[in-house]
Amino acid sequence: MGTQEVVNLARALSLGIHESSLEGFYEVARALLVHSEQHLDEFDLAFAEHFRGVTFDALKITEEIRGWLEEVQKLRELTEEEKASIEALDLDELQRLFERRLKEQTSRHDGGSRWIGTGGTSPFGRGGFHPTGMTVGPAGGGARGAVKSADARRYKGYRTDIVLDLRQIEVALRRLRAFTREGYPDELDIESTIDATAQNAGELSVVVRPQPRPDTRVLLIMDVGGSMDPYADAVSQVFSAAKRATHWKELRTFYFHNCVYGRVYRTDHFGEPIGIHELLRLTSPKYKLIFMGDALMAPYELHATSPDEPGSPPTSGIHWLGVLRQHFPQSVWLNPEAPRGWSGNTIEAVRSVFPMFHLTVDGLTEAVAELTRRR
Amino acid sequence: MTTEFRRFRGTPGYLTSDSLESAVNCALALEKPLLVKGEPGTGKTLLAEAISAAFEAPLLTWHVKSTTRAQEGMYVYDTVARLYDSRFGDGDVRDIRRYIKFGPVGEAFRAECRVVLLIDEVDKADLEFPNDLLHELDRMRFRVGETGDDIVARQRPIVIITSNNEKDLPDAFLRRCVFHFIDFPDQDLMRRIVAVHHPGLDGSLLDQCLSIFFDIRGMQRLRKRPSTSELVDWISVLQRAGITSVRLDRELPFLGALLKKEQDLAAFADQFAGGRKFRS
Repeated sequence: MGTQEVVNLARALSLGIHESSLEGFYEVARALLVHSEQHLDEFDLAFAEHFRGVTFDALKITEEIRGWLEEVQKLRELTEEEKASIEALDLDELQRLFERRLKEQTSRHDGGSRWIGTGGTSPFGRGGFHPTGMTVGPAGGGARGAVKSADARRYKGYRTDIVLDLRQIEVALRRLRAFTREGYPDELDIESTIDATAQNAGELSVVVRPQPRPDTRVLLIMDVGGSMDPYADAVSQVFSAAKRATHWKELRTFYFHNCVYGRVYRTDHFGEPIGIHELLRLTSPKYKLIFMGDALMAPYELHATSPDEPGSPPTSGIHWLGVLRQHFPQSVWLNPEAPRGWSGNTIEAVRSVFPMFHLTVDGLTEAVAELTRRR
Repeated sequence: MTTEFRRFRGTPGYLTSDSLESAVNCALALEKPLLVKGEPGTGKTLLAEAISAAFEAPLLTWHVKSTTRAQEGMYVYDTVARLYDSRFGDGDVRDIRRYIKFGPVGEAFRAECRVVLLIDEVDKADLEFPNDLLHELDRMRFRVGETGDDIVARQRPIVIITSNNEKDLPDAFLRRCVFHFIDFPDQDLMRRIVAVHHPGLDGSLLDQCLSIFFDIRGMQRLRKRPSTSELVDWISVLQRAGITSVRLDRELPFLGALLKKEQDLAAFADQFAGGRKFRS
C-alpha cells in the first residue's frame, strides 16, 4: 500500500462515494486499498480491530514476539550502524506482516489453497526466524511481495555461496527445456515463405508460424529432516538450480518427511499441507515429477496402513507413491545415497515404483534423459 | 470536487451486492480501471454488460488470449495488406493510415461517446502484458508510431478488467486499479440469481436443486467445481425434460451439465459406489 492508495481513498471520500456511512466507508476502503483477494481477510481484521475494538486471542503472543523482535533489532544496530535507519523501517514491515500471520492462524481460513499459499507462519516461526529473514527485510512494496521475499530469503544464502557448483547442475537441468510451437501464428517463417513464394511463381506468399514457448512444467518434491540432514547441501543446490531455471514454464515445490502419506507440504517446516488428491487436481500429467529423498525409513513407514483421515480407507506410503507415479508418467527419484546401498532396504521398494538416480551431476543427467524420453 | 456522477445500481437482469456497487462507483468516480476477480462463472464478464446497459454505453470487448500482446489492443499495422496492394496496385499505398487497424483500446479511445471497455481474462496473456498497458490506461492516449498520430480518448472509457487468477498481476498494475473480488454466491443470493434466470420455477424443485448443487460443490475431490452458470443450465435442462423433483444419488439426471470432467464424474460415482454416505 502506498501514497497513491491513500490519495485515491481521500478523493473517493471527498466525492462522497461512501454515502457518509461506516458500511460505505468499509466498502470503498476495501475496493481501493486491497488489491488481491488474499488480503481481504486481513483488511477485515484490521478494519474490525480499528472500528470495533475487537481483540484477538493471538494478541498476547504478538506482544511477546514484538518484544523479541525489538531485541533482535537492538543487537543488529550495534553491528551495522550505517543500516540502522533502513532496518528500522524493515522492522515495522516485518512486525506488521508477523501480526497478520498470527491473526490468520486464529481466523477461520482453514481451506483455500491460495490463502494458505501466501500465509503460513513458518518463515516467522521460532525455528524459521533466522538472521537472513531479518537482514534484508522487504523494503516497501505490497504485502504480497513481502511474503514472497520472506519465503525466498531462506535459500538466498545458499544461492550466492555455491554458484560455481551450481552451474553443472544448471546445465544438466537445462536439458529439461522443451519448446513447443503452439498458439497464434505470428512469427514469419522465412524458409517456408521463400519456398512457398517460389512455388507460387514468384508471387509473394507469406507463411507464418507460432513462436516457440517454453513448455516444461516441473514438480519438485523434497524429503527434509532426519536422515536427509547430511545431504541438505546437495538438495539445496538442486533446488537453487531449479529455482533459477528461467526456461521452465512452471516450477512447484513441496516437502515431505520420509514418505508421502496422503499429503505434502508447501514449506519445509511442514506447514501448509496439501492433499495428494488436491495436488493431482492442480497438476496435469504433463508435469515432470522429481522426487529428492533418501527413501530410507523403517519398513513399517512404507508399508503399514493407516487411515489418512478419520473415516477414509487405510493406505500405505507405498500406495501414495504409486498414485503419484501413475499420475505422472514422467517422474524420477533422485537419491543422495550411493547406489551400492540401494538393495535390501526400503530404497528397493521405492525403486520398484520410481526410476531412481544418484544425486550427482551424472545421475541428474541420466534422470533428465529419463524425464525427456519420448514414450 | 463536487462533480456529481451517476451511480451504478445494478440492472434487473444482474444482481449486485453493496460492495460490488461501491467498487464500481469508486472506479467511475476516480476514473480508474475496475479489476474484477472471482471464480469462473460468478458473472465477471456479465458485470461489464450490466454496466454497459445501465449507462447505455456501447460495450467493447477485448478477449485476451495467451498470445495477445498489448500492442494489438491499440492498433495493428497491416503490413501484409499494404505489400499486397503495392504489388497489385489497389488504392493508395502511400497512405499508411489506411493500413492501421485499431484494436479494442484504440476503438474505445476514438469512440464519439463514452464506452465500456472490457478487457476479459487479462491473466491469460503473457506476464508482461498488464505492464505494457499501464501507460495507455493511465493517460488514456497512445501514439501510432508509423504515422506519428496521437490517439487521445475523447471520452474516458469505463474500463473493466477481469482476471481468473491464473497468474499474479504486477503490483504496479494492481495499484492503478480498483479491486473487487466477486464472492461465490451463498444459497440465498443463488436463489435470487436463479429466480432472475428462471422466473416461475417451482419452489420445491429450486430447493432441491440448490441443496444438491451446494453438496456437489462441497465435494473435495472435484477438479472443477460447478459454478453459477452451470447451475442455471442444469435447471433449464431439468425444466425442458419436465423433471419436477431431483434427489442426490447415483442417477442424478443430467449430471453432465454440472460436472464437466471425466475424473469428476468418476469421483462422483465413487462417492456412491461403496454405499458410503455422501460426505465431502
